[in-house]
Amino acid sequence: MQRKRTLAQQDMLVGFALILPSFLIILGISLQPILTTLYLSLFEVPRGINLQNTFIGLGNYISLLSEPIFWSSIGRTFYFTVISVGIELVLGLAIAQLIHAHPPGWQFLRTSLIIPWAVPTIVNGTMWRWIYNADYGALNGLLFQLGLIDKYIPWLTKPDVAMNLVILADIWHSVPFIALILQAALATLPADLEEAAAVDGATYFQYFWFIRLPLLRPAILVALIIRTVEAFRAFDIIYVITNGGPANGTVTISYLTYLEMFTFGHAGRGSALSFLISLVTLTLAFIYIRMLYRPEEKQ
Amino acid sequence: MKKILRIILLSSLVLLALLFIYLPVAWLVISSISSRSELLSTPIHWIPQQPTFQNYINILSPSQGTSEVAKTFRITLWNSLLVASSVTLIALTFGSIAAYALIRLRFRFRQTLLIGILGTRMIPEISLVIPLYLFATRFGLFNSPAILIITYLSFALPFAIWLMAAFFESIPVELEDAARIDGCNRLQTLWRIIMPISAPGLVSTGLFVFLTAWDEFFFALILTSTVSAKTVPVAIAEFTGRYVVDVGGMMTGGVLAAIPPVLLSLIFQRYIVSGLTAGAVKG
Repeated sequence: MQRKRTLAQQDMLVGFALILPSFLIILGISLQPILTTLYLSLFEVPRGINLQNTFIGLGNYISLLSEPIFWSSIGRTFYFTVISVGIELVLGLAIAQLIHAHPPGWQFLRTSLIIPWAVPTIVNGTMWRWIYNADYGALNGLLFQLGLIDKYIPWLTKPDVAMNLVILADIWHSVPFIALILQAALATLPADLEEAAAVDGATYFQYFWFIRLPLLRPAILVALIIRTVEAFRAFDIIYVITNGGPANGTVTISYLTYLEMFTFGHAGRGSALSFLISLVTLTLAFIYIRMLYRPEEKQ
Repeated sequence: MKKILRIILLSSLVLLALLFIYLPVAWLVISSISSRSELLSTPIHWIPQQPTFQNYINILSPSQGTSEVAKTFRITLWNSLLVASSVTLIALTFGSIAAYALIRLRFRFRQTLLIGILGTRMIPEISLVIPLYLFATRFGLFNSPAILIITYLSFALPFAIWLMAAFFESIPVELEDAARIDGCNRLQTLWRIIMPISAPGLVSTGLFVFLTAWDEFFFALILTSTVSAKTVPVAIAEFTGRYVVDVGGMMTGGVLAAIPPVLLSLIFQRYIVSGLTAGAVKG
């Protein structure tokens, strides 16, 4: 009994010692800053160095919520997130199943998927921006030679088109992520399930819908949440392809926050916006973590 | 007959997927070895008539006449390497020991700490950037690789803890019990037993952290201003805005920036897939 207690105490001591460095780093560069951001969001922060901040309570939030640009950027963020993640999920699931069927070349396809995933976001954006180029871009060149368009189109000058093209670039980058996760999950499913279903006379569609999809549910949910969080706060790819334009057509909530903070110099309003993004992100994150680490179930 | 049809259908789908993956990349590479006049020609020269590696030479071994931009690329590639490697090393060291403690040791608030730390990984960079910017200017760290290393830890460290925790959880406790019976204390067990068998986990985690740090753009955009700390993504993004004419140079920069992560991921393919699924298949 005595020995057991000292072991537990020793564990606790060692445990705190091992966690302490990480804890301090996280405290300093994540917790303290996010609390400062929350604090700043309650102030009117004037541009310039030695000026006093004025406490305005929820003033930043209230004024933001009453402005059309806030709501239109929220709308664009939802559009971007829903469309890109939706298409990525469908395509990712399709490619995962394709690989799982082991057609000729499936191994090469699986390896190839790593490439778009590994290409840095900014390189990806630059590449697509060049492809979409109005005068010399490959998209215009291809469509023109195929006879699908009769003159070159300035793709990125139309707000809706620009948004959809940013989404296409995002899809190219992110479908592999979902496909890789789902094909790995498929590989762990027992093979005899399929045979059993076939013996019972299930069609492929029935098998897919009633057996495979439910078994893939955990993997799908994880991929979905990670991608939703990423898409919801997308910034890099928009910055490099459209710079938020044309006519604010690709200004999502993250981009608006960036503009408020660094272009308009409204640190208070920017902080309020960024805190709202954090709230949404963290809510999604906690759902995810609860799924991964179900508390103490195993112990 | 039906079987042949099925194979034809599936193969053409594979081909379609491969085209979708490779066409944009091919265009990126082709653009990087095309001369300016070929890039700006209509109709498009899909295959350059006179491929040139001048863009690569300009960046990799700049001579007297080389443009500022090409020299910038070379330096920023080095900055990216320095920052990403340092972040990886620090995150792996502190992250793995913390993850071990969070998974294996029993103490109060363990679960709360674990969830809290994992949660901080999800905090968007934009919510941290103003305080971090103020911190950087106050301590004279603005525009230094050090500030990037410090700020990148805000996502790299929780990420490393997260991934390592998943790996440690998959190691059977019995192994440790055996070591403890043989007289090892906690730290000895961690160092002699756990770390060696966690090598695949460490490789995979290190890889993910490195790739994420190499990819990072936002902090670098805000916290650096000159080549003394600028990273490759920032250099490329500026290129897009300012030097629209030198598309070839820009694409070359893109290829060079993509080579390290793509090569690493292909070499350590198995670790990538296992790392991606460390969370996914647990659920």
